Amino acid sequence: MKPRAAAILLHALLIALAVGTAFPLLWMLSVSLMPAGEASAFPPPLLPSHATLANYRELFGREGIGRYFFNSVVLASLATVLSLMFNSTAGYAFAKLRFAGRERIFRTLLAALVIPAQVAMLPLFLLLKWLGLVNTYAGVVVPGMAGIFGIFLVRQYALTIPDELLEAARIDGAGEARIFFAIVLPVLKPILVTLAIFTFLGTWNDFMWPLIVLTDQDLYTLPIALAVLSREHVQDNELMMAGSVLTVLPVLALFLALQRYYIRGILVGSVKG
Amino acid sequence: MRVQRAAWALVTPALLVIGVFFFLPVLAALLVSLTDFDLYALADIRNLRFIGLANYWHLLQSPAFWQALANTAYFVAAGVPLSLFASLAAALLVNARLARFSALFRTTLFAPVVTTLVAVAVVWRYLLHTRYGVLNYALAQIGVHPIDWLGDPHWAMPAIILFAVWKNFGYNMIIFLAALQSIPADLYEAARLDGANGWQEFRHITLPSLAATLLLVSILTMAGYFQLFAEPYVMTQGGPMQSTVSVLYFMYEEGFKWWNLGSASAVAFLLFLLILAITALQLRVTRRAEAA
Amino acid sequence: MTGRWLSPRLVCLAFALCAAGCHRTAGPDRVVTVWAMGREGEVIERLLPQFRKLHPEIRVKVQQQPWTAAHEKLLTAVAGEATPDVCQLGNTWIPEFAALEALEPLGPNAAKSTIIQRDDYFPGIWDTNLIAGTLYGVPWYVDTRLLFYRRDLLAKAGFAAPPKTWEEWSRMLAAIKALVGPERYSVLLPLNEFEPLLVLAIQQPEPLLRQDDRFGNFRGAGFRRALAFYVEMFQRGWAPPVSATQISNVWDELGRGYYSFYISGPWNIGEFKRRLPPELQPTWMTASMPGPDGPGASLAGGASLVIFRRSRHKADAWRLLEYLSSPDVQRQFYELTGDLPPRRASWRDPRLAENPYARAFLEQLERVKPTPKVPEWERIVDQMRLVAERAVDGKLSVDQAGQELDQTVDAILEKRRWLADRGAAP
Repeated sequence: MKPRAAAILLHALLIALAVGTAFPLLWMLSVSLMPAGEASAFPPPLLPSHATLANYRELFGREGIGRYFFNSVVLASLATVLSLMFNSTAGYAFAKLRFAGRERIFRTLLAALVIPAQVAMLPLFLLLKWLGLVNTYAGVVVPGMAGIFGIFLVRQYALTIPDELLEAARIDGAGEARIFFAIVLPVLKPILVTLAIFTFLGTWNDFMWPLIVLTDQDLYTLPIALAVLSREHVQDNELMMAGSVLTVLPVLALFLALQRYYIRGILVGSVKG
Repeated sequence: MRVQRAAWALVTPALLVIGVFFFLPVLAALLVSLTDFDLYALADIRNLRFIGLANYWHLLQSPAFWQALANTAYFVAAGVPLSLFASLAAALLVNARLARFSALFRTTLFAPVVTTLVAVAVVWRYLLHTRYGVLNYALAQIGVHPIDWLGDPHWAMPAIILFAVWKNFGYNMIIFLAALQSIPADLYEAARLDGANGWQEFRHITLPSLAATLLLVSILTMAGYFQLFAEPYVMTQGGPMQSTVSVLYFMYEEGFKWWNLGSASAVAFLLFLLILAITALQLRVTRRAEAA
Repeated sequence: MTGRWLSPRLVCLAFALCAAGCHRTAGPDRVVTVWAMGREGEVIERLLPQFRKLHPEIRVKVQQQPWTAAHEKLLTAVAGEATPDVCQLGNTWIPEFAALEALEPLGPNAAKSTIIQRDDYFPGIWDTNLIAGTLYGVPWYVDTRLLFYRRDLLAKAGFAAPPKTWEEWSRMLAAIKALVGPERYSVLLPLNEFEPLLVLAIQQPEPLLRQDDRFGNFRGAGFRRALAFYVEMFQRGWAPPVSATQISNVWDELGRGYYSFYISGPWNIGEFKRRLPPELQPTWMTASMPGPDGPGASLAGGASLVIFRRSRHKADAWRLLEYLSSPDVQRQFYELTGDLPPRRASWRDPRLAENPYARAFLEQLERVKPTPKVPEWERIVDQMRLVAERAVDGKLSVDQAGQELDQTVDAILEKRRWLADRGAAP
């Protein structure tokens, strides 16, 4: 095949793949701007006859989606801050500080990665009930404050910190706390950004756990509210699409802004075997 | 000594959280799976009985559980290869020497991964609508009769697989891309000097270099696909005719719909054992293949 | 672990505690939280202005729950001790929540009430709220099932009046099928609904559970007769083997004559009136259920209002219950939703008494039977639906279906038998 023909074929394939992949998301956006009922036609219309924000107005007005949006933002932010605190300290310690049983504990943690989270879910619910955390923000966030994957992520990165750097600081008389805050944290910054996006997106997108823990409608996150809405409003395509846009857009924007960090996370995660 | 103390201080909070909110519940689940914890026990703990392995025994005799298992196996057996194929194909295209705007394509193809599953499942439910769905419209253009994607027991699972592949293939594409980029360029140059064509290059250089990544990715993807839940929850509610009830969906219904926590915990452990066994098998087969 | 290293952890702990504590601050003292499902959840807010005028000191907070997830949601709330004060509860769920000791007994309140008068309620409906003699709910609306049918198609097939017996009904179904041809059907029995089959089953003299509700009785002649008739309707091509979600719009399809009979509930009176075009309005009507040998029974379905035991505002909650049960508010509620009132007083209102579609319901309501009052019932009917679906598909014979169902049901009831033997059954 001639290089030129090959290039054309290659790009045709790439464009077809990209359009196919992006289509559901673009269509979602388009339908969300249609007046009620317009999408239920054959052939399905691709663009609104006249764009309207009525669906969004209804979501924020009658359906009170602002509240769920707020919940999602608060929960995802809270989870991110907590995860950074717990995992950065532990990840660094596993990488750079020698203590009795370190290897054994770390190996145990890695082995536990194969246990699906759902195994723990039912007793966890009863535990949270006992702690009085069912139907609270804390019930959603607290169980995930520290995670094996997060620790692993930070540890892999922290391994690259040269020991001499830490030793020099110790010889200068710096305490371990100072070393951590003044030397280690700045070096870890890129991986902490990665961890932050992972946690934020994970919490934002999480479905099963908040579905179980949150019973009060005022505490629902966007995905839960959307699932509830979609079961009640099966006929209202356009409204549901607007809800989907509101749910997806923030995470998509966050990803686009920070995708370099996100992709690093995937690559570190994929060598965990 | 000082370092030792500092290390413990740094590690303990995280270990405590993981211990209390993960290991403890897992152990508890193991115990609960040996009891008949249910609604009555929830009302009054004296109504709890220790029943040994009876939950497991009943599950293994329950047609509904086997159907959930079969549905999940179907999803994994068809979904994982499809998903890997899509990821690899996308990675090869984006990574091709001639490709321009690779970054843009990579981002576009990856976008579904970060989207909220519930939200895009809602979108797909409309794309798959029998009468007004875009997919059936497209198929009609090539003469295919409308398919009742989510209402026909034969088509519901394929629809969910299609959706899952769309949602996930970008993730593995990134991993494959990184692996492709780490293959030394001189290998290809040498091959070209020997007069190898594109297919031969792929067959003899690319594929062998990707073997380790492929194994890892397939294990991770499989473990993930075994945990199918939110897709059927949002799109089909397990129907039609239970054809999209996955093992986890079954567990959810047992546990949080009927509050048979004992039985539900047993389901969770059976799933865990299954994933473990298949992973071990996969590793062993590969090692043997490598040794041979 | 030295002192100065404790601080970050304390910060974390404080953070966690704050997150736990800050989520909700105590509002005004007298807040009554109400959970209502689906359409009722939307409408209930419009009944409340008058109540707020009468009781300005009580704040009522309504939360709408989707029907499809209501059962899980409620159980999780009970397990997590996060129940509302007042809740709309399907009356077949009352045994379950009573067994969980989640509901407040209402007998003493009802006995004193001047508004909620037991004798005014349809007895079959009131009875569903009594578990072992204790009252746990007040009927809010009734929801029995009966026939919606096309008068014109029935007439064209040669019948002047709706069926009274199964035998008569079968002849009509066959005649309509012959009339409409292979692309259309005589009756719609959505496979994802258990109610149509349950109606046929409950018409039988044999109970669905036997020996004090300790074992399934689905092998029994009664259920087998019902299932055989149900399956026959599919096998003869009278009913299409589809679920309701596959039919994009049941109302239009009745209008198009895709089917001529439909077993459904009162909310559909309003839907058919609203959704069918004026020229089709004279063509549809309701009729009470035909029985095996004469007018048949139907389900004593509906929803009740209950107060949860953990409520801290029981007196205020009861005030709300009384308000929502008063005949005036019930009438308003009927106008908003089309949900039929459970009290005869409300039925004397001309708007209801003169509604031709409601007449069949009034007739049916005097002939309703409650389903077995065991906490496991929801699970049992779910299994019944699944087995019936397979029988319709031809995967099981009627006898096999009955046997398999009994096996499953006996296993579900095992715990109940054990509790009964210990003398602890609820």
